[in-house]
Amino acid sequence: MFVEIEEIAKEFGTERALHPVSLSIPSGALIALLGPSGSGKTTLLRILAGLEFPTSGRVLFDGTDATGMSVQERRAGFVFQHYALFRHMTVFENVAYGLRARKRHERPTRAEIGRRVNRLLDLIQLPDIGSRYPSQLSGGQRQRVALARALAIEPRMLLLDEPFGALDAKVRKELRQGLREIHDTTGLTTVFVTHDQEEAMELADLVVVMSMGRVEQVGKPADIRARPASDFVRTFTAA
Amino acid sequence: MSDVAHPVTRPTPVTTEPRLARHILIGTVVALVAVLLFAPLFAVFAEALRQGWAASIEGISSPDARAAIRLTLIVAAIAVPLNAVFGIAAAWAITKFDFRGKAFLITLIDLPFSVSPVVAGLALVLLFGANSWFGAWLIAHDLKIVFAFPGIVLATMFVTFPFVARELIPVMMEQGRAEEEAALTLGASGWRVFLTVTLPNIRWALLYGVLLCNARAMGEFGAVAVISGKIRGETTTMPIMIEMLYNEYLSVAAFSLAAVLALLALVTLFLKSLLEWCYADLLAATRRH
Repeated sequence: MFVEIEEIAKEFGTERALHPVSLSIPSGALIALLGPSGSGKTTLLRILAGLEFPTSGRVLFDGTDATGMSVQERRAGFVFQHYALFRHMTVFENVAYGLRARKRHERPTRAEIGRRVNRLLDLIQLPDIGSRYPSQLSGGQRQRVALARALAIEPRMLLLDEPFGALDAKVRKELRQGLREIHDTTGLTTVFVTHDQEEAMELADLVVVMSMGRVEQVGKPADIRARPASDFVRTFTAA
Repeated sequence: MSDVAHPVTRPTPVTTEPRLARHILIGTVVALVAVLLFAPLFAVFAEALRQGWAASIEGISSPDARAAIRLTLIVAAIAVPLNAVFGIAAAWAITKFDFRGKAFLITLIDLPFSVSPVVAGLALVLLFGANSWFGAWLIAHDLKIVFAFPGIVLATMFVTFPFVARELIPVMMEQGRAEEEAALTLGASGWRVFLTVTLPNIRWALLYGVLLCNARAMGEFGAVAVISGKIRGETTTMPIMIEMLYNEYLSVAAFSLAAVLALLALVTLFLKSLLEWCYADLLAATRRH
């Protein structure tokens, strides 16, 4: 699915989180929204997911207006910063949640749900943890379960909010590779938010550098390094 | 040259107080619990059974006493579920949404704690009594609130309103909105999110709030005393019946009924402990997250 963001702005009370921002995301791309805290990157991601609504502007999915579409209708797989796993459910129940929440006539059978959940647990290379609770998992395992849960709904795109932020450096490197592989196998349009320029440059096809609610530059990692569009981009990506 | 190992001088953890301090603190707590909690409870039961089991059973099986027990249980059975629903709604609104006047609403929820129950009862009499704002309308439609069952339920609900909300608000604040948002992105409807994510996460706080609310609903005296009119056998709840019996020097009957009331509270506490004990593993698993 390709996504177009047309002049999206967002105000919280009197505060401006996003100045009118425009961006187009090609189908199947892996995009990084890169910027310091307060740059509006998470707000933009939440607007794509339907968790926030813009004050003005439009969002288009595959060319059709999706600005007023509800969060449920959008079917965007979302991985939260601290994973937001359901703490009172096992890993299996967490991953199955989205399938079980479907309307009766769209819901797969019990056996089919079981098969799909197990396939996803294989995909994240944690086949044997279905009966555990989130509190019994390490940070890296939780992150991968959150990813499997988001993939279970057969999302139209994948959105990740600081997916590696709470992990130590070694695990972060491994999971970065894991996300790249999952993106390449599923071919999903994927947008992730990060404040780590190294992560953005290494992982993404296209990097969107943001600051103070504005897009500073959009480009391939190598282009941004070679030709930074502003002083901000130069200093931020040199860090 | 000395190669003698130094003896360990501090085997206890640094946060442990000296022995004397520990003994004094623990002793004080035990003495306070004994004097303030166990002695009065023991006195109630001892006084109830002073003339033997037969006398105290007779004391609580008079028609008036039985009517009082029944009335108290029915009032609690109506007021507690309603307040549980209102408490969940209030806590949900306060913790999951941002709106103007939120701080004011929180203060308002606490109002029944700060207003004397007698004042609450009087306020209800003023609102719904014969010479009140709604009085004429109520009389015209043959609806009785003051000195009748609906008034007792209203007074009880007013006094016990904060218990559930007060238990839930801190828990729901700490848990934040992320899990609910996650469920929404997975396609769940608002109602489904509430049933499968919010409610399971707050169930222990809810249970505790409901138990406190129930204990207070059964034990409420002041507000009910004003609004019920104390019509014997009709609008007397257990606490009011106990006071009436005591004033009439029927101390065995009074203390027997008091013992029943205390037992009802003890049973609810026992149930809570039992549930916590049964689900200890699950509790530990979900709290560590």
